[in-house]
Amino acid sequence: MTAVTEQIGRWVAEFSRQEPAGPWIQRLRESAFQRFAEIGFPTTHDEEWRFTNVAAIARTTFRAGSPDKLLCTPGGVEELDPSDAEAHLGHDAAFDRNAFVALNTAFLNHQVSATVLRIPRGMVLEEPIEITYEVAEDVACDPQESAMLAVHPRTLILVGANAQCTIVETYKGTGTYFTNAVTEIVVGDGAVVDHYKIQQEDSRAYHIATMQVQIGRSANFSSHSISLGGALVRNDVNAVLSEGTEATLNGLYIANGTQHIDNHTVIDHAKPHGTSHELYKGILDDQAHAVFNGRIIVRKDAQKTDSKQTNKNLVLSDEAVIDTKPELQILADDVRCTHGATIGQLDAESLFYMQSRGIGKSDARNLLTYAFAQDVVDRVKVQSLRDSLERILFEKFHEHAH
Amino acid sequence: MSLLEIKDLHAKVGEREILRGIDLTINPGEVHAIMGPNGSGKSTLAQVLAGRELYVVTSGEVIYEGQDLLAMSPEDRARAGIFLAFQYPVEIPGVSNMYFLKAALNTVRKSRGIEELDAFDFLSLVKEKMKLMEMDQTLLNRPVNTGFSGGEKKRNEIFQMAVLEPRLAILDETDSGLDIDALRTVAGGVNALRDPERSMIVVTHYQRLLNYIVPDFVHVLSEGRIVKSGGKELALELEESGYSGFEDEEEAVGKV
Repeated sequence: MTAVTEQIGRWVAEFSRQEPAGPWIQRLRESAFQRFAEIGFPTTHDEEWRFTNVAAIARTTFRAGSPDKLLCTPGGVEELDPSDAEAHLGHDAAFDRNAFVALNTAFLNHQVSATVLRIPRGMVLEEPIEITYEVAEDVACDPQESAMLAVHPRTLILVGANAQCTIVETYKGTGTYFTNAVTEIVVGDGAVVDHYKIQQEDSRAYHIATMQVQIGRSANFSSHSISLGGALVRNDVNAVLSEGTEATLNGLYIANGTQHIDNHTVIDHAKPHGTSHELYKGILDDQAHAVFNGRIIVRKDAQKTDSKQTNKNLVLSDEAVIDTKPELQILADDVRCTHGATIGQLDAESLFYMQSRGIGKSDARNLLTYAFAQDVVDRVKVQSLRDSLERILFEKFHEHAH
Repeated sequence: MSLLEIKDLHAKVGEREILRGIDLTINPGEVHAIMGPNGSGKSTLAQVLAGRELYVVTSGEVIYEGQDLLAMSPEDRARAGIFLAFQYPVEIPGVSNMYFLKAALNTVRKSRGIEELDAFDFLSLVKEKMKLMEMDQTLLNRPVNTGFSGGEKKRNEIFQMAVLEPRLAILDETDSGLDIDALRTVAGGVNALRDPERSMIVVTHYQRLLNYIVPDFVHVLSEGRIVKSGGKELALELEESGYSGFEDEEEAVGKV
């Protein structure tokens, strides 16, 4: 038996064991599982996974389960039964080339866990939509079970034309488990969507996630991806822009110990007059490893595209590793695209300046580290979220320095 | 007892020896000017006293209030009352001036056994000192020195000094890059802090600053040594003749 069939074999039993879904979901699950069986898990020979080794996931036997879901929606948001979302669910997040998306789709609506929300056309929401997926300790560490828990949260958000909303997705948990998430967002023409993802998984957990966003004409979409937890983390954010679309992709990743955090983004300028701004910042300590891969595609039709990508990394130890790579595929000729990546350490002059005013060395380091993350945090528009992020970051740096 | 006693201090950066035997004693309330040509070691002396690790002390000692200063960390020196006004104040994006100064003041107060200030008392103290330095209060909410003009940075240094109330202030070329109005304001701020218990070391290339901050003693530094000391009239003498005489003198010594 080859390694791939061995990997697939581990999932077959779980796949066949799940409650059958309605006809179209069941068909989708089956074709996704079949695709997963064909491609298997990626290895570091795949260019897309060169720096992220998922062998630990590939060789583990998992059992399928569902996270606890906490959904907080302001009035006016419609929650749909996933079985009524055939036109959109699984439509944008393609599983033909991504084993994890295929696997998530194979367990689509497992234990009726998928979330489908619709924001009607023209509706302006003042309060954020909050979706929290949490793996409880007693579920992750069930003494009756020897296999590790795998959960496949699936979210679809349909934002009507000219609507305006804020979405906060949070992933957390306690124990050793695998979160394999997929989020699809369809942003209608002229809509304004501000999306936040807070990844606070257990430090022993695996977290692999794809967010696929289809952005309409003259719409404005911002993504803020904050990655703090997890042992092995991979975030894929794929945004497809239309004419006159404005997209902002911001990210902050903070890794210490032996954490591995990989952020892959694809910004696809499919039509003219699109603007994209991307700022990802990372703070790495100990033996942590981070990856940033930012691909920007400007298609032949996408004239007058304006795109800017920045990746900045602060490395606090000698053993931390960062692999950063911009990938520009520009097929149009009248465009403006800039990109830049930096890797630096805490500035010795700044440290001395602070010390010379009486601030202790470890406090000075914390303050400077915090300051590095500050501009990403400042871009968080939800006050309560910004406050809690500031607290989390403060505690993270503080605890780490002592 | 003297406040600061520097004995035969030698320091190097990399393989280059910059301080080559400095001796200097400063008593409470005294203002000492240190003058000298570029590269004579003035700024190095200021940085060594503040504890900059870039410079390695190879021999000699520095006693501050009876303690071995060279054994202390930069932050402990600051808490013990040493303040360096930087020649090139550092920009720290992401840290507000207000937060920075409050953290500094409260650490210094704590180490002196004085109660930490609450936000209200801190603000009123800060406002009073800003007025003294003719500073715009909006600078408080801006990141430390970030986007400040040269003059604003220098004022900010003296403003910090006014808030932290050190026992020994070291001003490293605080006059450089200032126009005459800014120079007067900065000097006014410094003079307001003159006190029988507070000593100052004023490092400068030009005599101009010493018209406003009148020193008790003037020392001429050349090639890492104090080659001449005198009263405030020495500064005027230097203004007349320049440093050429000292450089020659030093060269002559070198040839022996």
